[in-house]
Amino acid sequence: MNDMRFVETRVTTNEAKFTAKDVQVYYGDNHAIKDVSIDIEDKTVTAFIGPSGCGKSTFLRCLNRMNDTIDICRVEGDILLDGEDIYDKKVDPVQLRARVGMVFQKPNPFPKSIYDNVAYGPRIHGMARTRADLDEIVEKSLRRAALWDEAKDRLNAPGTGLSGGQQQRLCIARAVATEPEVLLMDEPCSALDPIATSQVEELIADLRTRFSVVIVTHSMQQAARVSQKTAFFHLGDLVEYGDTGHIFTNPEDPRTESYITGRIG
Amino acid sequence: MPFLWLVLILLAIAAVGYALGRARALASSGGDIVQLHSLPVYYGSNAALKSLVPALAVLAVWLVAQPIYVTNVVSGMIPQAQIAEGVSDSLALSEVRRIADGLDLAVANGALTEGEARDGNADVGALTQTLQDAGAVVTNEITAQALAAAQRFRALSAGGAWAMTAVVIAIAVIGAFVGIRQTHKDFRARNVVEQGIRALLIAASLIAILTTLGIVLSLVFNTIEFFRLYPALDFFFGTEWAPSFTGRGGASSLGVLPLLWGTIYISVVALVVAVPIGLFSAIYLSEYASPAVRSFAKPLLEVLAGIPTIVYGLFALLTVGPLLVSVFGEGGLLGVNWQGGGRAVITAGIVMGIMLIPFVSSLSDDIINAVPQALRDGSYGLGATQSETVKQVILPAALPGIVGAILLAASRAIGETMIVVLGAGAAARLSLSPFEAMTTVTAKIVSQLTGDSDFASPEALVAFALGMTLFILTLGLNILALHIVRKYREQYE
Amino acid sequence: MTDTNASRTAPKASLLTIDSHTKRRQAAEKRFRVYGIVAIVIGMLFLAVLAVSIIRSGLPAFTKTIVEVEFTLTQDEFDAAEKQLFKTKAYAGYFNAALLTKLREQGLDVEVDAKAIERILGKTGGTIREFYRANTEQIGQPVAFKLAAASRVDGYFKGRVSRDTLQDSRFMQLSDLDLVDALYSAGIIRQVFNWTFITGADSGVDNPGGAGIGASVVGSFFMMLVVLGLSLPIGVAASIYLEEFAPQNRITDFIEVNISNLAAVPSIVYGILGLSIFIQVMHLPQSAPLVGGLVLTLMTLPRIIIPARAALKAVPPSIRDAALGVGASKVQTVFHHVLPLATPGILTGLIIGLGQALGETAPLLLIGMVGFVARGYPDGFIAGFTDPNSAMPAQIYTWAARADVGFYEKAWGGIIILLIFLLTMNILAVILRRKFERRW
Repeated sequence: MNDMRFVETRVTTNEAKFTAKDVQVYYGDNHAIKDVSIDIEDKTVTAFIGPSGCGKSTFLRCLNRMNDTIDICRVEGDILLDGEDIYDKKVDPVQLRARVGMVFQKPNPFPKSIYDNVAYGPRIHGMARTRADLDEIVEKSLRRAALWDEAKDRLNAPGTGLSGGQQQRLCIARAVATEPEVLLMDEPCSALDPIATSQVEELIADLRTRFSVVIVTHSMQQAARVSQKTAFFHLGDLVEYGDTGHIFTNPEDPRTESYITGRIG
Repeated sequence: MPFLWLVLILLAIAAVGYALGRARALASSGGDIVQLHSLPVYYGSNAALKSLVPALAVLAVWLVAQPIYVTNVVSGMIPQAQIAEGVSDSLALSEVRRIADGLDLAVANGALTEGEARDGNADVGALTQTLQDAGAVVTNEITAQALAAAQRFRALSAGGAWAMTAVVIAIAVIGAFVGIRQTHKDFRARNVVEQGIRALLIAASLIAILTTLGIVLSLVFNTIEFFRLYPALDFFFGTEWAPSFTGRGGASSLGVLPLLWGTIYISVVALVVAVPIGLFSAIYLSEYASPAVRSFAKPLLEVLAGIPTIVYGLFALLTVGPLLVSVFGEGGLLGVNWQGGGRAVITAGIVMGIMLIPFVSSLSDDIINAVPQALRDGSYGLGATQSETVKQVILPAALPGIVGAILLAASRAIGETMIVVLGAGAAARLSLSPFEAMTTVTAKIVSQLTGDSDFASPEALVAFALGMTLFILTLGLNILALHIVRKYREQYE
Repeated sequence: MTDTNASRTAPKASLLTIDSHTKRRQAAEKRFRVYGIVAIVIGMLFLAVLAVSIIRSGLPAFTKTIVEVEFTLTQDEFDAAEKQLFKTKAYAGYFNAALLTKLREQGLDVEVDAKAIERILGKTGGTIREFYRANTEQIGQPVAFKLAAASRVDGYFKGRVSRDTLQDSRFMQLSDLDLVDALYSAGIIRQVFNWTFITGADSGVDNPGGAGIGASVVGSFFMMLVVLGLSLPIGVAASIYLEEFAPQNRITDFIEVNISNLAAVPSIVYGILGLSIFIQVMHLPQSAPLVGGLVLTLMTLPRIIIPARAALKAVPPSIRDAALGVGASKVQTVFHHVLPLATPGILTGLIIGLGQALGETAPLLLIGMVGFVARGYPDGFIAGFTDPNSAMPAQIYTWAARADVGFYEKAWGGIIILLIFLLTMNILAVILRRKFERRW
């Protein structure tokens, strides 16, 4: 594992953005997440790793209540965003999701123009008063997603016409357009080729300056490259959580070690 | 019924062929099945198929061809002078056929002997009387030519029937014989039988093409005939529809525009009812409803699609029409006097709309469900509400499919007959008021082709031109709709 | 609306308070949901109104109003009547006298006038004379005559006719209804189950009471036999060929395009096809269930082929591979393994297709199977196919198109019978699907 290079930014301890306590998730009778407690820090990239089916994506989807759209899914325990329980009855998930954006495994641009894809979030949340405001937001978001130079001449072309990597960056631009505080990424590079993957990874490093980023990934190298904190999930349990460098060089739990050295997973 | 007997005889020959073929195969291998190339069943089937299939094919062709041939021969015997008198060809022919039927009846009753019936020099007047006494439907005076033609008709028909029986049975016997002769333990009976089965399967699927061909030919020939009697320009651009009731042509105005207008107007009203209700139901059922509600509401809505159109027609005529008059009619709830009678564009339109609701909703439901879940997730992940997701992501994504569904519904509406026959009225007019009675292409096809009209008159033939118009219109809409829907499906596959 | 610039820089508002913009969005969400519910409720409402009108208007068709009077005709009376000039009038006189006696026995004091009786019951004398001339041995015996009341009297009991609607009627006077009321309280006039409606044939345009749907049920039956006998083998064969054997080429594509377009051709066009090909060219008998069956077969075939192909397609390829792997030929594979597994799906499609054919009206009108043709039952099995007859929906149409409102009730009643048949078929389809449905 000598080729692993760690992100060189110094690991600082920021205040917690998300605080999860004793979270349980059930799909029907299936107990998918067991007793997970975790603090996710602001302005930090946190990676969730673990073998498939370990619950890392499920837990990610709890953070912006995407699991609400699945009828049989039940969440127990507390998840606090800036100290407020996001599963409180008074919370409208719509408002929550404007603050906790999400990027999915497969690029899923809407069948609309590039401009309309990015403008979708600001429009529904009423973030722009004038067309000029909206133009500004779109440009800023596309720049943040490192897509502006490629897309500025064809803002009215359909988003589905872009290449895979461009589509995923468009989805990131779409997500950051609503000015979220946290960006959840569910294996954002699994459908991309290596060049597109490295572009997206650079972007993630850049996004960290403004948002807290939580990324689920299959690839340990990717986790090592982009994240400052890493959480290892196994069979619905949070096995180990700590600084990325620490987890990869000096895992405490034997399960983590087996996974990192490639014996399980 | 000789026909039934003939079929039974054919079946019997085939059965005998089967038994002999099977027995011969077993005999050739000395009763040892393992020695045979195929199972014994196939040897029998080979003989049976060889006897039955060609015989039945010849029988079918003969049944179609003989009447056409006989009609041609007999119509040549009717003097042109008689046709010139104003009796059309087909009328004279049907008179000949009635006389022939009358002769058959009289012979069957014993009022005439077979010899008398064939007597070419019979006294026409006395014969007429005899036939009428025997209960035959013949006109007052049979002409000598007509009698001669009828006698020829009988002779040809009877001769043809005998010839057919003989030929068909001969073919069956020869076929069975060939099949049995082929049978030998090394004969590849299974392969031959399977090839035969394959041929039969192909023949069955070719019936679809034959049906289309039949529709096109029957429409084209009669339409050409119509345009020979009535100028095509007047048909396509005429704004008046007023067929004369004498059935002799002359004074009729047969412009298609008022009918097309009525058809389109009623279809538009129907779509105005069906599309919003169907679409919103589909959206609710696929995006909002709990599985329990869905499993209850969806089949109930689809019941509306299983109800025969005659029921809707009666519903329009007897329930919806009077109801609308009590609202929009004289002394109605609104105090306006817009609607004179129950039969109106709006009556037929609303009822047709009800019929189309499940059509629109189940097609839209399929199409909305085909929108990938990833798009919904993407939208929810950005903090969109369900309705925002539906309106701004799902519907735009599903739009081509939904347009296709609406076009299919429109094609249904244009081709619908019973609702407009009973609910829309019979008056052809170009009017803007939805409360007036209007009529449609389909309703006029029914009215021009039912009753005792002469099929050679322009008043009857116009129905074929109307049918042609209808066929092209609905076919065009369908091809367009299927094309759009298919393109849409490919997008997400 | 929140201040955009402020919201971008200032810390976000608490999640627990809903801002005004979100409130508006929640309201829009609620409205949208309500539109959906309203649409479904409207759809259900239409269904309910339809069901109520069918049942309310159709049930009276199953009852009829009769007058039952028992009386004895003596030989002398018979002889006297036969000597008179107006013989039937004499019989009507005897009948009226018996009726009056009956009323007086019950202590009802109403005027009985021969004209009024005639308006209520039609010409009774003819029926009675016919009976006695045919059954002379009954003279001197008590005979109970059951006579059908006039259409308006029937309507009076069914709520179709009231004293108001009879105000200016040429056919009845208000005083007649007093007599009807008296007869009713005497138990002479009453409602009975109308077997004629179920077993009878169509009647003349002036006799809605005598109309029955039985003959056209038979017509529909023979038509369905033709449709079943032809469309099952042809439809299954065509689907097997297209799904299992057809090579991917232009001809196959052409056949498939043909089938999907034929499924959407308006039914009336099939009527035109039947009229010109089967009747004008092939000279098959007009108004015959055979021709109706042929036309409906052509119409139903694509609607059977499409679900049958789907059923065949649903059989997993592994089954075919398994059969081919043990050395079965392609034909054996299909007929021994694939077809049996696809049978429930094919049958369901077939039943639904037959149901559509059973309810189809328009093409039948063009080939002459209109209601008034159904004047009696065919004499024999073969004649059932070739004798002029009608079919249920065409019979209903004929009744609906008649001027006498008495026929409307028959039309609705006919619909009840038609829907019972359709319901039975659909339940059968559902049972088949439930029982044999298989998921891989």
